[in-house]
Amino acid sequence: MKVGLFIPCFVDQYYPEVGKATYQLLTKLGCDVDYPTGQTCCGQPMANGGHAKDSVKLAYKFVDIFSEYDYVVGPSGSCVSHVRDHYDIIEQTDDVKHVRKDTWEISDFLVNVLKVDGGMLKASFPHKVGVHNSCHAHRHLGVGIQSELNIPNQESTIEKLLALVNGVEAVEMEHPDECCGFGGTFSVTEATVSVQMGKNRIKEHIKENVEFITGVDMSCLMHMEGILKREGHKVEVKHLVEILNSEL
Amino acid sequence: MEPTQAKPQTKFNTKSETKPKANLKTKKIIKQQTQTQTHAQLAEGFLSNQLKASWFNKSIWYQRDKRDVATKKLNEWETLRELASDIKAHTLSKLDEYLIEFEEKATANGINIHWASDDKEHNEIATNLLKKHNAKKVVKSKSMLSEECELNHHLENNGIEIIESDLGERILQFSGEKPSHIVMPAIHKTKEEIGELFEEKLNTKKSNDPVYLTQAARLHLREKFINADASMSGVNFAVAETGSFVLCTNEGNADLGLTANSKLHIASMGIEKIIPKQEHLGVFVRMLARNATGQPITTYTSHFTKPNKGSEIHIIIVDNNRTKLLAEEKFNSSLKCIRCAACMNTCPVFKNSGGHSYNFVIPGPIGAILAPAHDIKKYEDMPFASTLCGSCSNVCPVKINIHEQLYDWRQEITQRKSSFTIKSIMMKGGAFVLSHTWMYRLFGKIGGFFVHNFRKISTMATPWGKGRELPDVPKESFKDWWDNNAKK
Repeated sequence: MKVGLFIPCFVDQYYPEVGKATYQLLTKLGCDVDYPTGQTCCGQPMANGGHAKDSVKLAYKFVDIFSEYDYVVGPSGSCVSHVRDHYDIIEQTDDVKHVRKDTWEISDFLVNVLKVDGGMLKASFPHKVGVHNSCHAHRHLGVGIQSELNIPNQESTIEKLLALVNGVEAVEMEHPDECCGFGGTFSVTEATVSVQMGKNRIKEHIKENVEFITGVDMSCLMHMEGILKREGHKVEVKHLVEILNSEL
Repeated sequence: MEPTQAKPQTKFNTKSETKPKANLKTKKIIKQQTQTQTHAQLAEGFLSNQLKASWFNKSIWYQRDKRDVATKKLNEWETLRELASDIKAHTLSKLDEYLIEFEEKATANGINIHWASDDKEHNEIATNLLKKHNAKKVVKSKSMLSEECELNHHLENNGIEIIESDLGERILQFSGEKPSHIVMPAIHKTKEEIGELFEEKLNTKKSNDPVYLTQAARLHLREKFINADASMSGVNFAVAETGSFVLCTNEGNADLGLTANSKLHIASMGIEKIIPKQEHLGVFVRMLARNATGQPITTYTSHFTKPNKGSEIHIIIVDNNRTKLLAEEKFNSSLKCIRCAACMNTCPVFKNSGGHSYNFVIPGPIGAILAPAHDIKKYEDMPFASTLCGSCSNVCPVKINIHEQLYDWRQEITQRKSSFTIKSIMMKGGAFVLSHTWMYRLFGKIGGFFVHNFRKISTMATPWGKGRELPDVPKESFKDWWDNNAKK
């Protein structure tokens, strides 16, 4: 199984550890992983800012780079959902259709494509962890239990995977799928509201005495990390792949 | 507690001034005073009172929680959503036919139908009817359409006293504010604020006891009902096959207005309020209150089919940009909305910015997709007042893809604007850099260098630093690590 590693631009620049963990984890699980170095950005920041037309080139570039792989896997629900949902702005060639269909958010890929179980994963993370369900993965990709819907037996990929990690104590928040307020360009165009929303989120995690906040979107975690640091809290953020890749 | 919302300044008051000379300075002042504040600015004002903002957030969460409990009691909830969505979509596809059918049936029942193409026509029709009946005092139950048309203002200018009979709306009439929510218009006011307002307006004793204050309002409104010459209302649902309409209230105020002294009832409805059959009502009536307030049904669900002997019922059917929206393929499903306000109650941005931070008459996510259909330039900031979290679409009883429409409106707004704005230039520049791998690498290095070595300036230079630290800059990017360690 040839997997193209999709490392979103800000993860590449600011959170290389998350990229490394994604690569190591997928390799450990038997995937043939490659990182095509020509990749830059999927175009989501422009598109969410109302400039989807300006991001057309980036969409073509993305497809061009990743079409040779069986699967494209990235540690970011929002970037993946952008490729899947919003690459309708370019001509729907077979390559485009393939890339849109086969680009996966990492937790979704682990659970629903690789069907990872306890025997395959030897992770250990003896800490109390608060789960942050990021909106794009949670609702747009449907990897979590959506609190608004009355659909029985919804499943959460994050919960399933954390259950395979030794020693981890995963805590669900009072409002388990409330947005953290990052929202891409929203975080700067509506900075005050964005920060307030983030404060409300971290408050719930702090109340539960967690040591780490985890999730599958580094952008949300970066936003919350920024507030945690500014306010002098000791709680840290960790992408789910870092936990799944950690060993004693 | 002080009221927190800074009011948008939309009018330039020249009354007490001599005619200003058209120099640059005055032009600038005029521009400042006529310019409406953006959502971001108004939200900042709202959040400056942290105590009240936190109270407001909790109040709205309370509504969302009640809604979750009520909807989860119905195993068929998601099926109802499908059904409601399909009924509304079907109706919109044959709206002209159903409107005509409604007119025919209602007319046969003895109801008078009027058609208004816009807010101005609506207000004129209402005023003329009231004048014809020599009505000087009018009671009106809650109607967002009348807010949209700014009817009260128009009637007052014509010497007609208009009294809001919904408690929340009456409170706002006292305080001179606009609704901040479409189901609970005065949700932004604390009981302390209402107590003070009633002291001034209703001569109540100093109190913040909701029972006492409600009783005072009740006595006050009873007198208004008895002495009213005419009553007005909105319409929740209009049934094409029967020609009747339905009003859902918790206070019974719509019924009181009708059955008191008044011989004239005027109901205003947008063209999208039609449903084809009586049996469809069951779907919507089961959903509306559950999704809005967590009640199984509103306390009063009143059906109006024909006027009492000696009375008249008039319905004004209003377009006011709705047909324009109907023609917009990407956006016309927003006309399915039944105004339950669940999207507001769940919206994290609404919860943290309040209803008055949206300049349109309908706030929150649904307002943010309806507003640009009315005036894309005036409301250009509204679709951006969202993180696109998608919770709105999940609670919507008629399955409007609200968050997708917010995304699509952003594209429309940007495309219709000049490409020489700072944001546009930055976006285009960003896309240009990112479409060249070497440039992306170079700018990544420069950015990292700045953030690392000039952290303070970098933090202060962008709105990011307002309440957040920038991330640490790692020694090497993932790409660097890959090249050195893993590359095959």
